[in-house]
Amino acid sequence: MEKIPPPTLRSRPITLTYDIPTSKIQKFWDGIKEGKIFVTKCRNCGKLNFPPVADCPACLSSDMEWVKLSGDGEIETFTHIPVKPPTFQSYDDYTIAIARLKEGVRVLAWLTGVKLTDTKVGMKVKLVAKTTPEGTPTYEFVPIK
Amino acid sequence: MRKVAVIGVGNAKFGVRQDVNLAELTFEAVKPAFEDASITGKDVEFVALGSVGAWYEESLPVVVVSEYCGLSGAGLVRCEAACASGSSALATAYLDIASGHDDIAMAIGVEKMREVDTSTILELIGRAGYYLWEFHNFGMTFPAYYALHATAHMAKYGTTEEDLARVSVKNHKYANMNPIAHFHREITVKDALESPVIAWPLKLYDCCPVTDGAAAVVLASEKKVKELKVDTPVWIESVASSSGTANLTNRENYVGLTAAVRASKRAFKDAGVNPSDVEVATVHDCFTIAEIMAYEDIGFCKKGEGAKLIREGQTEIGGKIPVNVDGGLKAKGHPIGATGCSMIYELTKQLREEANPRQRQVPLKKYIALAHNVGGTGHYCYVTILRR
Repeated sequence: MEKIPPPTLRSRPITLTYDIPTSKIQKFWDGIKEGKIFVTKCRNCGKLNFPPVADCPACLSSDMEWVKLSGDGEIETFTHIPVKPPTFQSYDDYTIAIARLKEGVRVLAWLTGVKLTDTKVGMKVKLVAKTTPEGTPTYEFVPIK
Repeated sequence: MRKVAVIGVGNAKFGVRQDVNLAELTFEAVKPAFEDASITGKDVEFVALGSVGAWYEESLPVVVVSEYCGLSGAGLVRCEAACASGSSALATAYLDIASGHDDIAMAIGVEKMREVDTSTILELIGRAGYYLWEFHNFGMTFPAYYALHATAHMAKYGTTEEDLARVSVKNHKYANMNPIAHFHREITVKDALESPVIAWPLKLYDCCPVTDGAAAVVLASEKKVKELKVDTPVWIESVASSSGTANLTNRENYVGLTAAVRASKRAFKDAGVNPSDVEVATVHDCFTIAEIMAYEDIGFCKKGEGAKLIREGQTEIGGKIPVNVDGGLKAKGHPIGATGCSMIYELTKQLREEANPRQRQVPLKKYIALAHNVGGTGHYCYVTILRR
């Protein structure tokens, strides 16, 4: 026997989008357009930060410099997503990985160009800057051949 | 700090509860808690509500549910610690009494998640990390955050997909016995392994459901316990909390939750007990890997030996340390703001030897219980130790 759902009243809809300020780390997004990935380095304590920051969480100095990453890294962990959020429905199923880069920082990004069954913890990858077909700046890991 | 006791608990039936709204669902937990404590709403001086919201229509839930439950006039605060919001409400109410500020306070947890569809939930909880660096370009889902931990744990310690499935089988078994649980269905390891992949290596049966639910806890000072002649007060020995970074990339590792390790150490120190003293525990099994990591982070076993504990059945009733014998988040359900208070409901019942049904009662000698409640992916962790 099919269960009849209880009566409900539909609320008025609400749509939220946010304009996220990027001025303090705009160099990062500009760098991607030039095919480069930058991180911030604290001039006071030397800490390298990814994601990039305008203010150092370690020593609270706001004196930062931009350093270009080599992109060379090693996969620490990964997952593969067949059940995607609504705003990602138009994409093929994707693999997300976290890799530690040679410089010591970790990055979370998509891993492309390798089958899930061939993906392993410890695999060497390269982090590359990318602009999506829709024009969005991003970055991703690709396997080192 | 003054001693604080749990003197009343209530728990609404968990599940898809589109037969009630936010306030009505909360009432189902609050009224039994009042009755259990032999008090009325007028006796309550302070209310802390754990609720995350966004999936229900109200913006000021603590005001709405307090009016409906006859609590208007009490001091009110809404607490947010993601999936540990209920524990953050408990900690807030606990401190209100321990500090000497009030003599009777309530911690209430409620979440009404089924008023929106599952894909909206994925969109909202996928952002429960650091939006710009994890969701915006990469579409992290909540299962994905824990899947990253599962992959790392499997690679480092040889934990298998079967081990993860065993957690689900155990928790479904106990939920099937628990009248307030969302799911009343036993499953097999094979069912779990053959269920669809949600975020590899996690499958459908590795994931907790999206649940509506509420739970309420009445707390009192020692003075009030004597005045009300409470016969079986359950004392809060410690409530400890810690946190982890918003970005997963800034964590120490992916094989455990540092916030849980730190909160556990502090909770044991403050209570003056050891992990081996705990006789029953509720741990945060939003995903099966989370329960295995919890065994290790709390100290029920050594790091990397969590899978061995589940394989040997040591976390079932009759084992070394029974865990989540109410069905856990996995099968009792996880109405995220309610979970922390629901853990205290279960442990209070266990410590009073009132587990329903009797087959779910854990045998006790020391009468010490522990609740481990994680918010986000180790963004927050609360560990509470209770003793009768």
